[in-house]
Amino acid sequence: MVEALYNLFGGEGPFLYFLAVIASILGVVLPLTIAVAFAVYFDRKIWAAVQMRRGPNVVGPFGLLQSFADGIKLFLKETIIPAGANKVIFLMAPMITFTLALISWAVIPFDEGMAISDLNVGVLYILAISSLGVYGIIMSGWASNSRYAFLGGLRSAAQMVSYEVSIGFVLVCVLVKVGSLNLSDVVYAQEGGVLSWHFIPFFPIFIIFFISALAETNRPPFDLPEAEAELVAGYQVEYSSMAFALFFLGEYANILLMSIVMAILFFGGWYAPLPFLDFIPGFIWLFIKTALFFWMFAMVKAFVPRYRYDQLMRLGWKVFLPLSLAFVIIYSGVMVYAGWLPTNG
Amino acid sequence: MDLASTLPAAAFWLFAAITVLSGLMVISSRNPVHSVLWLILAFFSAAGLFVLMGAEFLAMLLVIVYVGAVAVLFLFVVMMLDINFVELRQGFLQYLPIGALIGLILLAELVTLGTAWTFGGDIALNAAAPMPALEQVENTAALGSVIYTDYIFIFQTAGLILLVAMIGAIVLTHRDRPGVKRQNIGKQNARRPEDAFELVDVEVGKGVPMPTKKG
Amino acid sequence: MTAIVQAAKSLLLKEFWAALVLTTKYFFRPKVTINYPYEKGPLSPRFRGEHALRRYPNGEERCIACKLCEAICPAQAITIEAEPRADGSRRTTRYDIDMTKCIYCGFCQEACPVDAIVEGPNFEFATETREELMYNKDKLLANGERWEREIAANIALDAPYR
Repeated sequence: MVEALYNLFGGEGPFLYFLAVIASILGVVLPLTIAVAFAVYFDRKIWAAVQMRRGPNVVGPFGLLQSFADGIKLFLKETIIPAGANKVIFLMAPMITFTLALISWAVIPFDEGMAISDLNVGVLYILAISSLGVYGIIMSGWASNSRYAFLGGLRSAAQMVSYEVSIGFVLVCVLVKVGSLNLSDVVYAQEGGVLSWHFIPFFPIFIIFFISALAETNRPPFDLPEAEAELVAGYQVEYSSMAFALFFLGEYANILLMSIVMAILFFGGWYAPLPFLDFIPGFIWLFIKTALFFWMFAMVKAFVPRYRYDQLMRLGWKVFLPLSLAFVIIYSGVMVYAGWLPTNG
Repeated sequence: MDLASTLPAAAFWLFAAITVLSGLMVISSRNPVHSVLWLILAFFSAAGLFVLMGAEFLAMLLVIVYVGAVAVLFLFVVMMLDINFVELRQGFLQYLPIGALIGLILLAELVTLGTAWTFGGDIALNAAAPMPALEQVENTAALGSVIYTDYIFIFQTAGLILLVAMIGAIVLTHRDRPGVKRQNIGKQNARRPEDAFELVDVEVGKGVPMPTKKG
Repeated sequence: MTAIVQAAKSLLLKEFWAALVLTTKYFFRPKVTINYPYEKGPLSPRFRGEHALRRYPNGEERCIACKLCEAICPAQAITIEAEPRADGSRRTTRYDIDMTKCIYCGFCQEACPVDAIVEGPNFEFATETREELMYNKDKLLANGERWEREIAANIALDAPYR
């Protein structure tokens, strides 16, 4: 993407290259933030529809501009810093959350060759950035100087560290088949219609990945860090105005990221499901798939009751970890035995 | 000024300076939580240095393992302990001599090592081992092909040692308390309506016999 | 065998999919909520909302300052002072209702012998300050003028049951 823009700009000089980098970053981040705003809106709408409510429908046509109205409201509010809070860390935590939610998108291939940086350890990069996401939450929990926030931060940290393990093992399974850590290569390995997409060979662990992604993004039914019944709002309890908005945006950017990662890893990325549909551009396919997963995220919020914390930990360590580990062994065993291992490097 | 060479150099100095400075802040900051946060920054910029060297796999591992997991546990412990540093500092000076002594011994050892360093006999062999250029082989693949062939034994041993440590920790902290009620989730999930209740038509004035308890 | 079926069901998230199907059905059902500020639900003619003081069709105040409403008000929200008017008829000089005290029981309406004080169908009288909820006679008479049509219709609808 950067190279293409660089050539488009004329392809000479460091300044133009710098410009191309900035342009491609903006080209991803601006649509992303707008997508996040609409994701919040659609999340609320879907949730409302399941409960036979109407959801936001006042601001703009069908309430489409609700998120922007909320954003302006939050932007104009006062940032309250609680007494006894650690000011620097308190203000840094939402920024970290939001930044980390954005920088993961650097390696996402939106179409053939359309990634800001086609890193050859892209999968690991996403795993690394999502594991850093704990810090925003744990720092906000600690710096707020509030028991609710602290408990929420601790819960979230324990939960994210636990579920990252099974996410890691599921990724290992996929990587054993693909033979590369590059996200584009993962997509290339699924060329040739819906039957060669990864969700067929990886059917059970694909579901493990989805559920772990729910836990990783603190979504219901695993939203214990912000369980309003017992912790009010968990780590966000002391935050107001823009600081809160950053947490909120970061959370939804992470949900979209998990959706798009699932579309790339298991549902053929930018490829069309059937060959005759190839005339539709790849990024539109990726967008449709991501939207489907986002819909699943929103639906799960509507129909699954919240887990208890010990059930959450049990599910992570006693169910998902052994299952995904077993699948790593089974897959690599079958691969080696049948000689299906990719010969790469 | 050639951008291709200045940019990595600038990045190197940036990351190196941040690493060193945050390392200093780790030992000098007064709040232990701040220390851990500075440590995380140090890890992170070290990962940046790895990337600059073309070892992106190691960089990512550093971030995932150390920053993402180990440092979180550090942070957990430090936050939960709520150390009172004023109290901790009170007896600080009386340990100074012994601390200084240990430091001196370490320094002496390092100096001895450094001066007495000789290369092993097969250094020529190692140097001659084929090392493909960065562009040809991804360092993930390169690492894998070394770890799982030449060093498989050492690698597995390291894994086993970690496993032993883990089991040891569990054994040491595990205690079997009698009389604790536990939830058997598998059993709960396997419970079906027909195991739990039956519907009986009750005739007026007759009542029902108590059902026999089912398995 | 049942154990195997159970295990397969829980591993394949049978209940999860069932819930997904169910919620998807609900997703497409018509909404039960109304679009409130623009649409309003039906109100009973006996609905007890904001108070109003009514007038006779010739413009004369109905209230004769008998103070039955003041006496019956369980929240003691009503304050009335009365004096003979220039033409000798007994009228209120002051008729205050503290709407923050009122519990909307409707006793004042029941007690009133001349249907002067009524609880109208208006329930959207939230204010920004507390002071605005201390209604005086002018405000109550203004309410009466504003809501007279609805109030009269409601009273007529309810009349057969009294």
